[in-house]
Amino acid sequence: MVEITSPAFKANARSAMADEQLQKAMGHVRHNFIDKRATAAAGLDEFEDLRDSAVAIKNHVLEYLDLYLEKYEEKVIESGGHVHWAATAADARGQILDICRKAGAKTVTKGKSMISEEIALNDSLAANGIEPVETDLGEYIIQLRGEHPSHIIAPAVHVTMDQVREDFLKHHTHLPPDRPLDEPEQLLREARAILREKFLSADVGVTGANFLVAESGTSVIVTNEGNGDLTQTLPRIHIVIASIEKIVPTLEDMSQIVRVLARSATGQDMSVYTTLSTGPRREGDPDGPDEYHVVLLDNGRSSMIGTEFQDMLRCIRCGACMNHCPVYHAIGGHAYGWVYPGPMGAVLSPSLIGVDKAGHLPNASTFCGRCESVCPMHIPLPKMMRHWREREFEKHLSPATQRGSIRGWAWVAKRPLLYRTIASLSARFLWLLGGFNRRIKSLPLASGWTRHRDMPAPEGSTFMSQWREHQASLKGDL
Amino acid sequence: MPKSISQKPRVALFVTCLVDLFRPSVGFASVKLLEDAGCDLEVPMSQTCCGQPAWNSGDREDTKDLAKAVIKNFEGYDYIVAPSGSCAGMLKKHYPEVFAGDAIWEERVEKFAEKVYELTSFLVDVLKVEKVDAIVKADITYHDSCAGLRELGIQEQPRKLVNSIKGVKLKEMKDSDVCCGFGGMFSVKYSDISNSIVTTKTENIEAASPHMLLAGDLGCLLNMAGKLRRQESSIEVRHVAEVLAGMVDNAPIGERASKSGRP
Ligand code: SF4
Repeated sequence: MVEITSPAFKANARSAMADEQLQKAMGHVRHNFIDKRATAAAGLDEFEDLRDSAVAIKNHVLEYLDLYLEKYEEKVIESGGHVHWAATAADARGQILDICRKAGAKTVTKGKSMISEEIALNDSLAANGIEPVETDLGEYIIQLRGEHPSHIIAPAVHVTMDQVREDFLKHHTHLPPDRPLDEPEQLLREARAILREKFLSADVGVTGANFLVAESGTSVIVTNEGNGDLTQTLPRIHIVIASIEKIVPTLEDMSQIVRVLARSATGQDMSVYTTLSTGPRREGDPDGPDEYHVVLLDNGRSSMIGTEFQDMLRCIRCGACMNHCPVYHAIGGHAYGWVYPGPMGAVLSPSLIGVDKAGHLPNASTFCGRCESVCPMHIPLPKMMRHWREREFEKHLSPATQRGSIRGWAWVAKRPLLYRTIASLSARFLWLLGGFNRRIKSLPLASGWTRHRDMPAPEGSTFMSQWREHQASLKGDL
Repeated sequence: MPKSISQKPRVALFVTCLVDLFRPSVGFASVKLLEDAGCDLEVPMSQTCCGQPAWNSGDREDTKDLAKAVIKNFEGYDYIVAPSGSCAGMLKKHYPEVFAGDAIWEERVEKFAEKVYELTSFLVDVLKVEKVDAIVKADITYHDSCAGLRELGIQEQPRKLVNSIKGVKLKEMKDSDVCCGFGGMFSVKYSDISNSIVTTKTENIEAASPHMLLAGDLGCLLNMAGKLRRQESSIEVRHVAEVLAGMVDNAPIGERASKSGRP
């Protein structure tokens, strides 16, 4: 299982900020993705219109999700494939394991899939004597390292080049230790050579899906390395694992959303490969699998429909929200403590693993709104984080001291006269604490603040009291 | 309330709780700017806070109560102006959300929200102010506070006014539109992360080598000033209203006197 460490978010974040390698790696995220997206968005006049129509397509789908899912299933079956409905992660694991066992599979190659992470597929396969092999370069690297993705489209973004070199030297012991590995291309070539053999020997290929097209029963993956194609065409059996909200009605709808996806994700006009697969190999096809399976995962998503979190199901996993998030930049993806990091994770994870476990995530946001401003699907991420805070407040999950101080403060703020008095006393008190230098070095009630910065001292009396005096003096002058 | 006999717009100043408590000079600077621009200005005395701390803590009921009080106190004016993008955003964009689905309040809050503005955008967009009279000799860098920038679209307005000050040179910092890490309670609850974000921010501020850092929100200013002071920086920090009003003789935020390396 992917261990859930979200409750330890604060400690996770602290160690992430103390991790020099991680901080070095994260430095690249801050600008690379951001500049590229900005250029790509500015370079397409109809980008904003495309965003709007992408939103409209997904909203429509969510309204008729059951109908489109049935239609999709019908089409998959028509084209000779099988559909497996998985209500939970355990169901999905079981179904995939069954298929693999029936096929007598020893090795499973895998394209990049966050759903596979969500259901912890690799551990389950390995525990049953089946070797999972990640074929996306980033996924391959973190598999060697025994880690999980820290980003939904760039899984190894937290790893530096130096670390990759060390990992390769450590694991690829059949190669000469003094081989040159200083350039990214050399690393890529080495990984490719190793993976090529795996592609050929794999019995089953598992991929995710960026889209499931209802009108044709097609699954679509968007990649840059071409590994997904090999994963799904070379083995005898292809399993697609996707969550239910990946449905779009038509191929035309898919191609519209694809245009905002790559631009938002990596700043490319199009990803290098957009691969469509429909059913198993037909007579006369040059290649393709003998069996084609789709495992459709719900895992809590259908219960988001009709709630204030429904809009989250529009997400196309482009990663723009985390690429632009100052909190994500500071702490990286692992600190969030489960599969989905950044702003989209802060909204989605509480839905999927419970707000009692993921409660920190929607709170650890300044509400700066940068995620929402770049989200191609116009998902109001800060607003939904606030909805989670409301649920926590209602259920008394927020820390009691925090709850108490907010309620107490609000009680005072509703009584202007009392509020005036307390504000005046506080202004005076903090002014005194400010001493000669006009700044407070340590404030017990706000020790979090003063641990890292000074608290500028107030000017001594409140605006309202000064204003009252000012008005009185004007009257006196008359 | 009696209707104003003059043609001047009747403007109510929403002081904001932080200005009230920490920096009354921002309030007086706002009064000066609005009166100079021809407003009939009033400060409703029973105002306290917009309720944002409760709203962002998930406390909807208290937020509603506080919002109702603000609306009752301020809806009679032609305009409601706050020297803060964050508080103006709360009144203008979030109050309608607070009362969404509330048949009695929905319409009332819409009417109220239409009249709410942040100070610099009110001066430029509504009153069509082109320039201010102030003289301040300083190189200035401007931080775009998030709510003002992304909820209200405030970016050009303060720069336009700052550029009209005699003696000012505007030096843009890198990533001026990226959060400073304040986030209200966030800065205390997740203080380590907040610190990492503000540290990046002060690096960018220092790299622009200004005499003075300005922004339109006191929360962000207290955060950035607090960090700059802890780092023993010589950059003075002020609210944009103070400088636009030419009121720069008092001590900057978190300092004992207006020392400054200003020429
Ligand atoms: S929430 Fe929006 S920006 Fe974030 S991954 Fe999903 S679609 Fe992309």
